[in-house]
Amino acid sequence: MPDQPGKNAIEVRGVRKVFGTGEAQVAALDTVSVSIRENEFFTLLGPSGCGKTTLLRLIAGFDFPSAGEILLHGQDIAPLPPFKRPVNTVFQSYALFPHMTVAENIGFGLEMLGKPKAEIKARVAEMLKLVKMEALSGRRTSQISGGQQQRVALARALAPQPKVLLLDEPLSALDYKLRKEMQIELKRLQNETGITFIFVTHDQEEALTMSDRIAVMSSGKIRQVGSPWDIYDKPAERFVADFIGETNFLTAAISGVSNGRAHATLKSGATIDATVAEGFQPRDNATVVVRPEHAKLTKGKGDLSGTVENIVYFGTDTHIHVRLDSGEVFTVRQQNTRSAGCGYEKGEKVGVLIGNDAAQVLRD
Amino acid sequence: MASAEEVARQAQRKDIRDRWFLSAPALLVIFFAATGPLLIVLVYSFLTPGAYGDVKWQFSPEAWVSVFLERDIFDDTLSLAAAHVTIFWRSIKLAIVTTIATLALGFPTAYFMATRSEKTRDLWLFLITIPFWTNLLIRTFAVLQIIRNEGLINTVLIKLGIISSPIQILFTDTAILIGMAYVYLPLMVLPIYASMEKLDFRLVEAGYDLYASRFQVLRRIIFPLVRPGVIAGSILVFIPAIGAYVSPSLLGGGKNMMLSNLIELQFGQGRNWPLGSALSIAVMIIVMVALLAYVRNASRSEVRHG
Amino acid sequence: MASTFSIKHQPGFTAIAATCFVVLYLPIFVLVVYAFNAATSTSEWGGFSLKWFQSAWNNTQVIDATLRSFQIGAIAAILSTTFATMAALATTRTPPYRGLTFKYAAINQPLMVPEIVTGVALLIFFSRIKIFTGYSGLGYLIAAHTAFCIPFAYLPIRARLENMDLTLERAAADLYATPWQTFRRVTLPLLWPGILAGLMLAFVISLDDVVITEFVKSGGQDTLPTYMLGQIRRGITPEINAISTAFLLLSVLIVTLFFFINQKRN
Repeated sequence: MPDQPGKNAIEVRGVRKVFGTGEAQVAALDTVSVSIRENEFFTLLGPSGCGKTTLLRLIAGFDFPSAGEILLHGQDIAPLPPFKRPVNTVFQSYALFPHMTVAENIGFGLEMLGKPKAEIKARVAEMLKLVKMEALSGRRTSQISGGQQQRVALARALAPQPKVLLLDEPLSALDYKLRKEMQIELKRLQNETGITFIFVTHDQEEALTMSDRIAVMSSGKIRQVGSPWDIYDKPAERFVADFIGETNFLTAAISGVSNGRAHATLKSGATIDATVAEGFQPRDNATVVVRPEHAKLTKGKGDLSGTVENIVYFGTDTHIHVRLDSGEVFTVRQQNTRSAGCGYEKGEKVGVLIGNDAAQVLRD
Repeated sequence: MASAEEVARQAQRKDIRDRWFLSAPALLVIFFAATGPLLIVLVYSFLTPGAYGDVKWQFSPEAWVSVFLERDIFDDTLSLAAAHVTIFWRSIKLAIVTTIATLALGFPTAYFMATRSEKTRDLWLFLITIPFWTNLLIRTFAVLQIIRNEGLINTVLIKLGIISSPIQILFTDTAILIGMAYVYLPLMVLPIYASMEKLDFRLVEAGYDLYASRFQVLRRIIFPLVRPGVIAGSILVFIPAIGAYVSPSLLGGGKNMMLSNLIELQFGQGRNWPLGSALSIAVMIIVMVALLAYVRNASRSEVRHG
Repeated sequence: MASTFSIKHQPGFTAIAATCFVVLYLPIFVLVVYAFNAATSTSEWGGFSLKWFQSAWNNTQVIDATLRSFQIGAIAAILSTTFATMAALATTRTPPYRGLTFKYAAINQPLMVPEIVTGVALLIFFSRIKIFTGYSGLGYLIAAHTAFCIPFAYLPIRARLENMDLTLERAAADLYATPWQTFRRVTLPLLWPGILAGLMLAFVISLDDVVITEFVKSGGQDTLPTYMLGQIRRGITPEINAISTAFLLLSVLIVTLFFFINQKRN
């Protein structure tokens, strides 16, 4: 989408990153362009090897792009070494200096910037308070827990008040509960400091809950940029729909496109309403996606009909796999109640009802 | 402003240049006080001996001829230099036997150390490291005191009435062998222990699970996995053993010379620097042949396992 | 009840290991005991006495040689460790570049050549230089010791560097440290235990050397080992035992220190 220049913290323009030479050449980033707005919690989401960490390293300055520009507030920073960029990183392994105390770690950046001692001291105290680590300022980093190390790493990167904070899968080493806590903590820190966060993760749930906007990446390309709601409910491509959440893919013929809506005629002959992206041309062989929780089963006639093939209990809900008469498998998610069973049995003939606003047509 | 790619290329070039500057002092010192002079030895081996040591700058293959051959002083006929052949044979034989002996003792020792509990392992390592860091001359001297006629071994044996007069060990090949095996044992144990420590004993369990006997587990699982350590240890023992100087000097007496003593002789009373140089190069060649054999052996085993 | 099956047991191995440890320490033990022997003979026990330590202490040749050993050892250790540290920084944590293999080979070359050969080579080379320059001081011994100590000092430093987490330096650069500041504040402090280990290893290796020193030294430049070698060849006196015992004590001290540093870093 178009962005106003100057309002963007980071602008990545046509960046390529190639590793190796000759035959063994691999493009880790294939002509990527993206704009990250000021004060935004922006997430790079994708499977491992998709290029998200490479992009982060280029912004940090640990690598140089093979082509393209990286603008920070309108100035190209791509050729600058990392120590000349007003950008700080929270590393996946935290990378806390083991020979320094917590306070020394947090003050390191300010010290390198040549700030006066008194100012460093005050700022370190402020940071310790911000991440609630005042009591442990004199400890060695090897003497504190993983969650505490995480907080110190955050404080250390925030202390020099960077224009942009880069976070490279910072929560991946924490256990589930701590991770949940830190997600909230990170959001709070971002609100309080007003710094632009660029967050790298492969965890879709983390991305959806924390981000203002998400860029979904695969094979060195950005597939879709949008709000969590956009990404989840209006996936543009099969990869995005498949990578985020669970999805049913149905083949359909699209007609009557107007105002972002269209008619999708399914293999069964039933026609349902679906949303389409701007500029979509009607065609016969398109893919329509329906999230499992946006469909319902019925004992009577539905938009689709089939046979219950498998029932999987998940605690909060139950997934019912239906083999459609067209041969495709369709999953319906049904909220559980305390009454026993889901009301259906294996082998039962059922109809599937697709909600009015449930279907989205993919671009590809 | 230069493009990012250009900056990256320049940084890489500068990095490699800096790396050469950084390594220059070490490389220069080694070249001038270790590697370079070896080339001079090669040159010297083709020159004529000077009357009072050193050389005359006159080409002569004589030194190389006399490594293995003797020229009769009356009729100039060449015959095999029995003394030299004996010394070569003794050096090679003793170096090989020393390597085998230290391996036979060192392998079980390293295995024993590696199978101790995490805590006591460091203590055993400490115990094997102390002799390793202790002066080689002192350790050889300690062996000398044990094996000489009035030493501990003979005294105890006589007191026990097992023998009536002392066994002559000192100044024999056996004495040299005992001395070398003693001083070089830690050099064998340490690298084997290093690979043994990394050995995953679940593999041993898997071996027993698949019906292997203790010996089969040792031969088919443990030994192949610690082979790099065994090879490293063997090299570390063989190289100093073939050129050993202290052991034969102190324990071999004047008669049981090894190559190092023969070489020393040429630079001392022998006053034949070219011959000494040729003999030195010969020692180098033996070492290189051994190294090559090991390297080939090692890469072959890599192919087989990899 | 049936005994449990130990997967780590191998018949006879423990016995061999025990023998090895006894055999390694017995001669050293005897040597130390006889250093305290009152008798002049080294085969009869004549009661406890410190007189041989005293006689070694009063022997100016011994003290001279000891001081010379320390002097050469200290200088060679500092030089070789400095050079080895620089070389280790130049040869680790880099994608392979042209000349890297050459550097490895060159640095380890002194380990691949028997000491006697290096000794002879240096004898020839330095005797030429002595004629040219007229200088015959300790410089030759120091140069030779520095050269053969480099690969030993290089070993622990390189190992330490290779185990070091590169992201720590990246983090420093990210926090505005220039390359030099990164080296001073992050790399060097973390490398320090490796450098200390290298320093001690180099010092001990220099102190131990007999062969190369024997060939390189000029008249009146005996180090403690070459002095002892000469004495042992002449005949054994308990004074040698006393000197050896003192030397041993020093070695044990250094190993203990070395171990302590190693332990701390794990």
